[in-house]
Order: sequence, then C-alpha cells, then structure tokens
Amino acid sequence: MSSSLASRRGTGQPDTAPGIQPQPTRRPSQSRTRSNLSGWGFAAPFLVFFLVFLVWPILYGFYMSLTGKSLTGANDSLIGFANYAEALADSDMWRSLGNTLYFTVISTVPLVLVALVMAALLNVGLPAQWLWRLSYFAPYLLASTVVSLFFTWMYNPQLGLFNDFLSKLGLGKVAWLNDPNVAMWAIVIATLWWTVGFNFLLYLAAMQNIPAQHYEAASLDGAGAWRQFFSITLPQLTPTTVMIVLLQILASLKIFDQVYQMTAGGPEGSTRPVVQYIFETGFTGYRLGYSAAISYIFFGLIVLISVMQFVTTRRRSA
Amino acid sequence: MATPTLTRPTPRTSTSHEARKPRKKMTAGKIAALVVVAFIAVLWLIPFAWATATAFKTETDAASPKVSWMPPSGFTAEAFVKVFQDGNIPLWTWNSFYTSAAITAITLVISALVAYALSRIDFKGKKVLMTVIIASIIIPPPVLIIPLFYQMLALHLIDTSWAIILPQVIHPAMVFVLKKFFDQIPRELEEAAVMDGASRLRIFTQIILPLSRPILAAVAIFVFIGAWNNFLWPFIATNDGALLTLPVGLQTIKSAYGIQYAQNMASALLAALPLILVFLFFQRQIIKGVATTGLAGT
Repeated sequence: MSSSLASRRGTGQPDTAPGIQPQPTRRPSQSRTRSNLSGWGFAAPFLVFFLVFLVWPILYGFYMSLTGKSLTGANDSLIGFANYAEALADSDMWRSLGNTLYFTVISTVPLVLVALVMAALLNVGLPAQWLWRLSYFAPYLLASTVVSLFFTWMYNPQLGLFNDFLSKLGLGKVAWLNDPNVAMWAIVIATLWWTVGFNFLLYLAAMQNIPAQHYEAASLDGAGAWRQFFSITLPQLTPTTVMIVLLQILASLKIFDQVYQMTAGGPEGSTRPVVQYIFETGFTGYRLGYSAAISYIFFGLIVLISVMQFVTTRRRSA
Repeated sequence: MATPTLTRPTPRTSTSHEARKPRKKMTAGKIAALVVVAFIAVLWLIPFAWATATAFKTETDAASPKVSWMPPSGFTAEAFVKVFQDGNIPLWTWNSFYTSAAITAITLVISALVAYALSRIDFKGKKVLMTVIIASIIIPPPVLIIPLFYQMLALHLIDTSWAIILPQVIHPAMVFVLKKFFDQIPRELEEAAVMDGASRLRIFTQIILPLSRPILAAVAIFVFIGAWNNFLWPFIATNDGALLTLPVGLQTIKSAYGIQYAQNMASALLAALPLILVFLFFQRQIIKGVATTGLAGT
C-alpha cells in the first residue's frame, strides 16, 4: 500500500527521466504512469542484459537447432526437425545422456549424505569449529581445474597416492582414470571432495536454526542424542533436505568441467557427459545446428526433472 | 552430546541455558564425534597436503615411483620459481580478478535495481516480469553456449574480456534473494523521505542500500566465487592467451608442462591461493553469505 502512497506523494523529479519537470498537480492517473515509468526504469538495466544475453540466445538457440548451421558457414537454411530426428537416433548422444544421468544418481547420494553426516557431527558442539568448517568447505573455493590437477596426480597409476595406499594395504593397483569401470567413480570421489562443503554449510545453517527448546523438551523426557537426531533434527531438516537434493540434482546434471579435464570423456567414452557432447559437436565438429538441437533435448530433460520435483514437493508440503 | 549447541547464540534462545559454553563438557559421545570429525578433516586436507609436498620437491623426486612425503633430495621452491619465470599465473590471476570484479559489480547494480522495483513499486506488468525472471532460473548455462558463442561472434566480442563478462551478469536467483530481503525492510523507514520529496532513486541509494549491506555482501561473495571459478564459458569465449582466466589458463598448463609434476602442483596451488586467503580472512562472512544465498538457486 505504502508504495502507491509513496508515488502519489512523491514530489521529486521522476528518476527515470531526469529532464522532465515535475507536474504542479498530480492526479491518480498520472501517479500510475509515474509508477509504471519508474518501475520499468529500475528494471531496465537488468532487462537489457536479460533480453540480450539470456532470452535472445535461448530463442535463437532453438532457431539454430532447426537449421544446418555450421561454424564453417555452410547451409544456413531451415531443415525442420531433422537435427532432432538425427539426435534421437544417435547412439553417442544417448550414451552421453546416460553417462550424465548415471553420474547424477551416483553423485547425488554421497553428496547429500556425507554433507548431512558432517553437519550433524559438527552440530554436536565441538571445540575448534572454525577449523573443521574450514577443512570441509575449503575445496569448494577451488576452480575445477585445480581439483582436476590434484586428483589426476593422486590417481596416477604408478606415482599416485591412491595406488600407493592400496599397495600398502597389500591390494592391487587400480587404473583409476583409465579403467572404464572405475573412471566415473573416480570422478565422483573428486567431485565429492570438491563440492560437499557447500551442502554441508547449508545443512549446518539449517541445523543451527532449529529452536533449542525442541531439544530441551526432549532431553527432559530422557531422549538420548540418537533419538533426538532422528526424532527432532531429521524431521526438522526435511525442507532443507528437499532443497539440497533438488539443487544437487540440477548441479550434477550440468557435469562437464572435471570430466573434460580429468578423462576428456574417456576411456572409450565411458565418462563423456552430454554437455561435453554438445561442446564437441559444436566446436570440434563445427555442427552448431545439430549441437543446438542436442542442447535443447538436454534442456527439455532438465525442465522435465524440475517439473517432476516441483510437483512432488508441492504435493508433500500440501 | 545432549544439546546441539549453536556456534553463535541466537537472540531467540536468550535464557539461562544459553550461557552454557559448547566446550564445557566433553562427554564420551562428544569425544567420539570429535575423533570422526578430525578423521574426515584429515582426509579432506590430504589432497592439499600432497599437492604441497609435491610442489616443493625436485622434479626427479616428484616423478620417483617411491611415493614419499619426505623427498630424498629435500624440499625446494624450484618449481615455484620456474612457474613464476616462464608461467603466466600472475597474468591469469589478474584476468580472473578484473573479470570477476566487473561481473560482480554489474550483477549487484542491475539486480538490486530490478529487485527494488519488484519489491516496492506498483507498475504494470510487474507480475509477468516476476514470473519470467523466476522461470528463467531453470535455464542451465551449458544450454546457452552454442547460441551465445554465435552471438558473440556476430557482435565481434569473441577474444575480448566483454565476451567473458557480459553473459555472466544475469543471476535471476540473486534478484529473487534481494527482493525477499527488500520486502522485509519496514516501509515506515522510507515514509519520512517520501514526505521530504525524495526521489525513488534517492530512497533506494540512501535508505534501502545502506540497510541491505549484509545481503549485498552475500550476493557479491556468491557471484564472485562463481565467476572466479567458472570454466566452461571463459574457455569457449577466448582463445587469446593474453585474456585467459586462471581456471582456463591452468588447463593449458597440463599440456605445456606434461609430466612436470612439481610444476603442475605449484601452479595449482598458486591458482588456489587467492580465494583461500580471502576465505581465511572473511570466513564468517563467506560462510554466512553462502548459507543465505545458497538455497535460493531453485
């Protein structure tokens, strides 16, 4: 209410058009216009960027996906949905999409569970909080390239720390990044180390927001720490858990950096995610139109998953 | 282990209980928790420690099949000297710094302005605008790389810093975070200024913005870290060696140095250093910032 009041009473210059003199008398319709002007005026800078660098590319990308556009300039003409038809029959596309989904499933579970365990342990109230928080969260501040350099070195079959540890345990060597059966798991381990600190912080913040009275009442009733965790902490955290899982799934679906840097999608395409396939089709294969079509298929998948999540969480909270 | 203790007591629980210090009593349960916590912390520090140990070795020791934390020839800063002499780390750090700073500054200005309009001004089409901005949160950046690259080619911005900066300033989720914060600022604070005939822009800059410092800092931190570490888009947007950002430049090192393990690790550590240092100084603000903005992504 007060905002319309404010604009009615406002006597200064209209902020969006500094040159215009203030009107001596102001009727409601004028104040409406003024509100519209200043509203869109404040929105304008964001809108310009939003339209030029987000809305336009997303629309133009769809147009591109209907053409045979390539980086070499050949064939700009519309070819309908031919790119989509080709993509749906492209086993490499399906394989990369499968890899992305596989990574999403096997990374989301540890990334949420380990974060929960870390936060729950710290929430007990231990000394040197800052030190533990720092150690768990610090990797999140690294660029993907740094993480990849660290882990590629530790995964080195002959000189790496991992295999040295295994051999000290009397176990055989593992070809971490060169074994199609292991490579994806190796990437999950690196990713867990890199980004779990983010989920951990979100959990920790949520736990610290649980009112202490809940626990006081429970301990008066004689509930132990475990009981309290399962009957108070976990249920109270449900909305946070839902959000963290959603965010994590969406983040994992975008996997590209670490894979591209550590295995380049290998061995034998066993780790190549769909974003890398988009990248390669467009920039190595020069097929921008086809690449845009795969982007849109990927986008459709993300929209589908988001809508599914939205519907299920809505139902749960309703 | 009976009560979960807050790192910082919130005013809400200001009873006699709350005076209890977290570390007062170490029960058996707490000690067990501490052991596990410390164990995980050690695991989490190993990659840093191993990278540091390697970076301070001679290349011969680093490439020795006998894995050891204490190298036979002792520790040396040779690798760092080499990296500084013929490497581009200072240049890449500078490129990362000014592009990330520009991205953060532009993001803050345009997002705060639109968030203020969405929070305080009644204008035609506001609901539609709000819906479109929220809906756009769903668009994953990798989907945009192909059309954006084509667009940058057409605008002749490829191989300029603008190509790196401009597409990274749109953060719909952050607009939403700011709007929610502005919504909570009592409107009475503005009324007096309105009576005095202050313009909207003045109210925004002199009343709203100063009250919003914590959230602006949080958004700035979130955007800056994201921009500093972004790989995919800067990797596509520039081929010019003079413009590479730190994460992209580091990728070229792998092929340039090949099996120079000590130099690889020295470069990685130098690249990691700036943000880690900033974090050590502003730990509390960064943790708070990430916790407040982090959940806004959806």
